[in-house]
Amino acid sequence: MAVQVLIPTPLQKFTNDQASVSVDASSVDALLQALDVCFPGILGRLCDENGKLRRFLNVYVNSEDIRFLDNQTTALTDGDEVSIVPAVAGG
Amino acid sequence: MTATLSRSTFIGLRCKECGHAYPAGARHVCEDVCFGPLEVVYDYDAIRSRVSRATIEAGPISIWRYRDFLPIEGDPIDVGTGFTPLLKANRLAQRLGLKSLYIKNDGVNMPTLSFKDRVVSVALTRARELGFTTVSCASTGNLANSTAAIAAYAGLECCVFIPSDLELGKVLGTLVYNPTLMAVKGNYDQVNRLCSEVANTYGWGFVNINLRPYYSEGSKTLGYEVIEQLGWQLPDHIVAPLASGSLFTKIRKGFDEFIKVGLVEEKPVRFSGAQAEGCSPIAQAFAEGRDFIKPVKPNTIAKSIAIGNPADGPYAIDIARRTGGSIAAVTDAEIIDGIKLLAETEGVFTETAGGTTIAVLKKLVQQGKIDPEETTVAYITGNGLKTTEAIAASIGEPFLIEAQLDSFNAAWKRSQSQQQATSGHVA
Repeated sequence: MAVQVLIPTPLQKFTNDQASVSVDASSVDALLQALDVCFPGILGRLCDENGKLRRFLNVYVNSEDIRFLDNQTTALTDGDEVSIVPAVAGG
Repeated sequence: MTATLSRSTFIGLRCKECGHAYPAGARHVCEDVCFGPLEVVYDYDAIRSRVSRATIEAGPISIWRYRDFLPIEGDPIDVGTGFTPLLKANRLAQRLGLKSLYIKNDGVNMPTLSFKDRVVSVALTRARELGFTTVSCASTGNLANSTAAIAAYAGLECCVFIPSDLELGKVLGTLVYNPTLMAVKGNYDQVNRLCSEVANTYGWGFVNINLRPYYSEGSKTLGYEVIEQLGWQLPDHIVAPLASGSLFTKIRKGFDEFIKVGLVEEKPVRFSGAQAEGCSPIAQAFAEGRDFIKPVKPNTIAKSIAIGNPADGPYAIDIARRTGGSIAAVTDAEIIDGIKLLAETEGVFTETAGGTTIAVLKKLVQQGKIDPEETTVAYITGNGLKTTEAIAASIGEPFLIEAQLDSFNAAWKRSQSQQQATSGHVA
């Protein structure tokens, strides 16, 4: 199941400057692992030592924040788009 | 880096979470370690040796009287931002049962009538120093107004992004400066996400994204000014609106810095935050004793503070808890009553965010969470003329009369009996 992942600028040094990569994964957790297989070291930036996504990172599946879905166990299907976005302030 | 920054008092950037250091460029997250937010680091010994109450008092009547505490290297963009009135609010205090209440009125800030002029003045000064020629932002309205106006003054290209359902006054108050305005079909959190992706590719200076560490420092001046305007004293309690939580944390930082360099005597200050019930992720986390935020989808008239995924929420909760303050939420009806109460008692017409602050102030007094003896400052961050839709159906109408004395006399009589009925009802 191919999923398109949008990579934020600070992480593109892991992905050979690619802003978007394609990986096979059936859940957000599986996607994080799959990313680390393709781009070793990226998992350590995305997650803390317990495997939990860092609290200042937002992950969206097809534009929906995964905290409105099933967090890291959110299921993915073929053609889904996942974006990883660091938190920003504003108003 | 030190050489280029020799005239300034700031040293670089540092992650607020893990402490990792970065040079003072256009970046906002700890990209080498943990993605925590980056903060500006200063040389406080240099500031202490340079600054006194007298040097500040002799400075310009704007935020730039505090320039040694702000992250710029050269000449600031000074459009007269800041040093807004601190009003002793006797009539509102009496109505609420407080002894000493002040309104910090940024609804009359320059040039666009909200506290955002502070943060944008700093962000665009820094944007120019970093070589950006186009500036941008994701905004709930006020930030768009301010970015467009100050970019126009500074001769910078400007493209701003807002949710498409904003109040007319905020849209018009951006368009008049002739930026490129993108009205995005979605809420603020969706706009922000889009902008993060645009910032990745377009190489623009986004005031609330890659310039965020500089931008957010501008809010500290709301702390400095209150200290100076209280006669170089800290208040006992402050109440401020919470959107992303940034303003709240920076008022605290402003107080802490003045204590650190010896400009004000230390004493405890309680920090209380105000949210609208229709978008209250920080108030909910506070009430439930959580230190993490569950994002929400906003549904409130208080659009300027409708951020469902507040980046600085955890820090705001920490400050409220540590200082013995509270974070509370109020309904849209209470927000409208708050706007009217401030206008009727103090002659200050604020927008929905200010109505939220006044309504929460009232609620906390009623709940005994603000002591009547405390010197309390309520931060009013925006102007009511920008959100007239919110109250149009909740205020009176004019008496339509003929240009004749008889017609006036009759209408005056009607007005007097109406007033009696209203005041009788209130009592």
